Amino acid sequence: MSKYNKKFALVFAIAVMVAGFVIPPAQAEDEDDDDRGAGRNESRGGKYGGEDRGKPLQPGQANAKWKQECSSCHIAYPPGLLPAESWRKLMAGLDKHFGSDATLDTQETEEIRAFLVDNASNRWQAPTAPLRITESAWFKSKHDSHEVPPSVWKNPKVNSPANCDACHTKAENGSFNEHDIRMPK
Amino acid sequence: MSRTFCVPAFLFIAGVPLQPAFAETPIDVLAALQIEATKSTPGFQGFSATRGEKFFKTKHGNEWSCTSCHTENPAATGRHAKTDKPIDPMAPSANSERFTNPKKIEKWFKRNCNDVLDRSCTTQEKGDVLSYLLTVKK
Repeated sequence: MSKYNKKFALVFAIAVMVAGFVIPPAQAEDEDDDDRGAGRNESRGGKYGGEDRGKPLQPGQANAKWKQECSSCHIAYPPGLLPAESWRKLMAGLDKHFGSDATLDTQETEEIRAFLVDNASNRWQAPTAPLRITESAWFKSKHDSHEVPPSVWKNPKVNSPANCDACHTKAENGSFNEHDIRMPK
Repeated sequence: MSRTFCVPAFLFIAGVPLQPAFAETPIDVLAALQIEATKSTPGFQGFSATRGEKFFKTKHGNEWSCTSCHTENPAATGRHAKTDKPIDPMAPSANSERFTNPKKIEKWFKRNCNDVLDRSCTTQEKGDVLSYLLTVKK
């Protein structure tokens, strides 16, 4: 190997190492969804004015009681979709849960509350705590008219933005990866 | 101790946890409601499927009746009036899991009666409705 080639090989090896250190975190950031362009909204309080969903959205080992009870009337919304304070308020008001009685016994309430609070969004920095996922800034940004045409919301197969699984085909498993989105025709 | 004694003893012990904790049939549940009604309802004269059907299909001052989610046909799959999530049939003829778990029965009567009537249902009302649901053919 010539002196020139050795130098080139060394520079190339360093470049590969540096790239290796830099690229994986950037890929990891985008692996669960497409966040390209979200940086434009970034301010001191984090993405989406500080109202960002967590990463991961739910732990690998989800609580069985949460899954069973919360999926009775809708999909079990992952804890990372809202901040801890939202879940505290929500679990304190199950007797009037968006107009319906969704009460559980004390033990079940406590177990599910703990799971939701412990696994709430770890990227939510704003002092806000909405009860509706659709009221959070990250949701609105991800589902604005550029991302989701108004006709999709009016489709009877969608019916309500509460029906995540109308488009997010793996929502039941807590996966909202953009590659699994199928908007109904 | 002989081996022949050990085997049946083991089976007996192992058999105990296999019994589901709250295994009941809708008929057992109805019988329990009957006993409760006899004690708590003055002049109780039994349950009525006809009254239960009327109760099931009528609004009680609120926006919803039982049929808002469970449809006019309790043997059919219903849909949650708000979220659209499918709800398995209510009639035991169409869904063998219905009315077999007392804890679940109480939980949903409490929730749904509050939604439909803004109060708890009486034992009479619960028994009437279950009597009606038991008459619905698949």
